[in-house]
Amino acid sequence: MSDELLVVENLKKHFPVTRGIIFQKQVASVKALDGVSFTVNRGETLGVVGESGCGKSTMARCIMRLLDPTDGTVTFDGRDITRISQAEMRPVRREMMMIFQDPYASLNPRKRVGFIIGEALEVNKMGSGAEIKRRVQELLDIVGLNPEHYNRFPHEFSGGQRQRIGVARALAVNPKLIVCDEPVSALDVSVQAQILNLLKDLQNEFNLTYVFIAHDLNVVRHISDRVMVMYLGTVAEVAGRDQLYSAPKHPYTGALLSAVPVPDPELGRRRKRIVLEGDVPSPINPPSACRFHPRCPRFHEGVCDTVDPPVREFGDDHAATCHYPLESWPLTEAQMRRAEEPVAN
Amino acid sequence: MIRYLIRRLLWAGVLFIAVTIVTYVIFFIIPADPARLAVGQRAPPESVARARHFLGLDKPVPVQYALFLKRLVIDRSLGRSFTNRQDVNTVVLNAAPITASVVLGGVILWMAIALPIGILSALRPRSLLDRSSMVFVLIGISAPVVWIGLILQYSIGYKLGWTPNAGYCNLLNGQGGCGGPIDWAYHLILPWTTFAILFAAIYVRMIRANVMDTMNEDYVRTARAKGAPEAQVMRSHVLRNALLPVVTMLGMDIGIALGGAIFTETIFGLPGLGKLAVQSLESFDLPMIEGVVVFSTLCIIIFNLIVDVLYAVIDPRIRLS
Amino acid sequence: MALLEVRDLKTHFLTDDGIVKAVDGVSFSIEKGKTLGIVGESGCGKSVTCLSIMGLNPRKMSTTTGEALFKGENLINASSKRLREIRGNDIAMIFQDPMTSLNPVHKIGDQLAEAILLHRDVTKRQARARAAELLKAVQIPRAERRLDDYPHQFSGGMRQRVMIAMALVNDPDLLIADEPTTALDVTTQAQILNLMNKLQEEFGSAIIMITHDLGVVAEVADDIVVMYAAKIVEQAPVDDLFKRPHHPYTWGLLGSLPRLDTDVDRLVQIPGSPPSLLNPPVGCRFNPRCAYVFDRCKSELPELEPVPGIADHFQACFLDEQTKERENEKLQAGSLAGGTA
Repeated sequence: MSDELLVVENLKKHFPVTRGIIFQKQVASVKALDGVSFTVNRGETLGVVGESGCGKSTMARCIMRLLDPTDGTVTFDGRDITRISQAEMRPVRREMMMIFQDPYASLNPRKRVGFIIGEALEVNKMGSGAEIKRRVQELLDIVGLNPEHYNRFPHEFSGGQRQRIGVARALAVNPKLIVCDEPVSALDVSVQAQILNLLKDLQNEFNLTYVFIAHDLNVVRHISDRVMVMYLGTVAEVAGRDQLYSAPKHPYTGALLSAVPVPDPELGRRRKRIVLEGDVPSPINPPSACRFHPRCPRFHEGVCDTVDPPVREFGDDHAATCHYPLESWPLTEAQMRRAEEPVAN
Repeated sequence: MIRYLIRRLLWAGVLFIAVTIVTYVIFFIIPADPARLAVGQRAPPESVARARHFLGLDKPVPVQYALFLKRLVIDRSLGRSFTNRQDVNTVVLNAAPITASVVLGGVILWMAIALPIGILSALRPRSLLDRSSMVFVLIGISAPVVWIGLILQYSIGYKLGWTPNAGYCNLLNGQGGCGGPIDWAYHLILPWTTFAILFAAIYVRMIRANVMDTMNEDYVRTARAKGAPEAQVMRSHVLRNALLPVVTMLGMDIGIALGGAIFTETIFGLPGLGKLAVQSLESFDLPMIEGVVVFSTLCIIIFNLIVDVLYAVIDPRIRLS
Repeated sequence: MALLEVRDLKTHFLTDDGIVKAVDGVSFSIEKGKTLGIVGESGCGKSVTCLSIMGLNPRKMSTTTGEALFKGENLINASSKRLREIRGNDIAMIFQDPMTSLNPVHKIGDQLAEAILLHRDVTKRQARARAAELLKAVQIPRAERRLDDYPHQFSGGMRQRVMIAMALVNDPDLLIADEPTTALDVTTQAQILNLMNKLQEEFGSAIIMITHDLGVVAEVADDIVVMYAAKIVEQAPVDDLFKRPHHPYTWGLLGSLPRLDTDVDRLVQIPGSPPSLLNPPVGCRFNPRCAYVFDRCKSELPELEPVPGIADHFQACFLDEQTKERENEKLQAGSLAGGTA
């Protein structure tokens, strides 16, 4: 049994934009994902960071086949699940579950909590009614809720508790992989810590594998083993956690790291900020070649906008898609602009 | 935008054809014989057969429909009535202004009621005004139009004698002893009220809800934070946005109503499209039925298009997408 | 004299379930040109505090008592007319969600001009020119042409810039920013904070920054007020608050943050959730969730007391000084135990 639980290769997802009077013709497409490749090993947490429009949520849904990829492959536990039918997907769904962002919208307000958590067990016929009930109560206990609250409705719980219900639901069928799509973004800071601690504990106890999607770099750093940075449907950089945060190679990663406010006023004053210009461009009309080139402090005309940037490797498991990767870190904006010739691979 | 409008126009054409076909189909499914109705119950079979041939009813249904369409498009004529050989165009166009009078007067009346009550109720929720207007809404929506019409006719028209009971007077060329704007309006007061009550109730509720929702929007808070006086906030920010959907609903409702305010016209004896529709259905007068259908469908389509254009004009999000 | 001095501000809302004490005795002050950060989690009363100062709470459902002395004049329960003169003029406010804070059917230029024409006796053309000037100041490219665009034609970051422009158009002495960057991406947030900093230098306004993000407040604030359950639990100059916090809630907040520069296995978590403001706990409001609670906390409400030996630092907690210093050292070292799971 290989170490790699999930292998994604060149994943693309384009949403068509149609126009026409009588017959709708596709005139453009929203390139939500435009060639994303990565692997996730058993038992580890891959953090996925990126800003709006980077495609991280689309990627999550493509992995889970909630959306059908336009191109590329998704291999789960050695099996190519990219184009199998929904019927064939059903047994696979037992092994990969998802935790969603909005604890207020992701639980059916009309169903009792016991049902919500146990639904997957019932659908997959994993036990009798009594066994399922017992398992659900066990799960409520595991996530730190009172098993007696089995019959309550979601609105009787707070945001943090609802998110725990979401976690219990994901955990019910003993999945191999849990995709967490911004699970703490909608929660207060103190509650956020509770959920993060819970996720970590569960991972240790049940040997889970996580794909953890978030926009908060601090949160991602706390929980991930490896981190992938996405920008406008492509992967900018992927590295082990410590590597990424201490020695980023992609200018976008550098800008992201420097933009994150730190709760330390002295450090904040000493730090040299890199402030990017402009907004994240639209995925309908992404920039040519390197997606980041219009905002990049290291932009080299004639190269970055005409030639697709190569994937450069930096030692053990660290790759960045850039013509002019950063030589060192930290750098000021001025230092970033002074890029040297591209590093030979 | 242009593309959108062209598409709407094409769809309108399709819709029109569909509606006329459906009318034909329904007509021919009903077990009744217009030929017999035309010549009378006791006519001999040969007369019925001759009538049938004369009216073109012996041809296959699709052929009849094709002929109808051809006549409509090329001659712009809706044919002749089965019952009295009158030109359908003339009859329909004579009835239309009457319905228009009822509807347009009704619209003005119901908006004059609904706007102030709706807005004030929204501004003072749970006040006496608000609660009583909600009672009014409940009555207006629950009470059948027929009942309202009859009650008004009986109490105000008959018992109190304040207004005439029935009948219509031309706005311009009086005939039969009544004419001119005053007579016209006088005869229409009760029909207008009957027609308007239901719509007023619906619109009060809708306007109230829209205004209440809009008052909670973030941009209203921004306007207040800028120091705008409440009147300006209401005028420029709240109402401008809250009444947007009302405009579109109004357009659609007018379009539909122009097809015939059947109950109101029947109760008050107004010879409009509604009354015409009822009469021609009773006598299985297919061309007349089709005539009314065609006219109403055209009204609805035109008004819907107007509404769409209007919406694009007043909402920049649609205009500029 | 302080620019704004708030004394014992209380705001109560009348709801169907009873009276919600959204702000329950809040006092602070801010000097000209400085930045005050108000930090707290959702429901702590930080937004309502500022809405009360501006008089923007619905009059029928809320009562506000206390004082908010703006240049010596009390704004609480001042006449509507006076408040309208001040809003958008001497005190301006920007809100959290830039997508919904602008009227979708009016042009940006018109909305900016409205802000000017409400308070200045100028012609429409002059107002428009000033609007363009402000759009340039907030770094919106092609400002002149953009005046005729509608809000939906701008991105989130640009809309927030427009909001800032609209707030600064009359040179206010005080700008209140209610979570201005929460709905924005991290890089956009950096741009906006950078911009606000620059504009503060240029325009000289004082800023009250309301946020739940301790990182943001560390970057921009000179002084910080920490709120919990409608009351202030701690206030201090920024360096002091982060180096020597004196309240278990502040420790919990700081310890629960994952950090880029430190490595902890488990984050400090504060058990439970913030209390209902209909029936707040008796005594110290934090006591049901506090790891250091003892009897006195459950019966007596702690008042804000100065921290011995440190200027301008106040906290509301009965714990003794030695325990606080010891726990703080643990926090700084990353080994604070905090609450249990």
